[in-house]
Amino acid sequence: MTSTILSLAISTSQLVLGIAMCLSCWRLIKGPRAQDRVLALDSLYLNAMLMLVTFGISTSQTIYFEAALVIGLLSFVATAALAKFLMRGEVIE
Amino acid sequence: MNALHALPEWAAILVALCLLAGALITLAGTIGLTRFPTFYQRIHAPTLGTSFGAAFILVASMIYFSVSEARPVLHELLILIFVTITTPITLMLLARAALYRDRAEGHDVAADAVEAERGETTGH
Repeated sequence: MTSTILSLAISTSQLVLGIAMCLSCWRLIKGPRAQDRVLALDSLYLNAMLMLVTFGISTSQTIYFEAALVIGLLSFVATAALAKFLMRGEVIE
Repeated sequence: MNALHALPEWAAILVALCLLAGALITLAGTIGLTRFPTFYQRIHAPTLGTSFGAAFILVASMIYFSVSEARPVLHELLILIFVTITTPITLMLLARAALYRDRAEGHDVAADAVEAERGETTGH
């Protein structure tokens, strides 16, 4: 009974996060400007990170936690570098 | 799904509620990202996901692993603290870059915002 509730909740939240990822991809493709695309990429990183945490719950493995942590780190570095690029035209001066 | 541990009833319901709340809040933030008309409105929406959406899902993960392994498992706090610290930094950098680009092209951002506000109230 309890594992039915849990697996239902996990698959529902994975579906919802998948819809959120699709919406972020739509904004990433549509634009209209570069800063919108960077923002959509940041949102996509976040949704992927949360999706990995739910995968970790559904398989009871803590290895997904480390993947989620790495994705969180990459999200910070990628968005900061892209914002710097939009501001100055190059990343490392 | 066979790998799910059997949890006591209160823990299973708590984990399920936290997961659903976090996923729905994140979805609300992403809908805001797609629906708002200007960039300066859109940049506010995904922070719903980075604050409360991430917090609820990570708390669900903490409860699940703590109850199923019968010891406190708190390493999800690392992600929570990191995301909470870095989101304002990256979004502030991005907003300043967008403002710089708009000004460099001669757009008056404040006048555009007033115009959009007026258009919304008159129903265009």
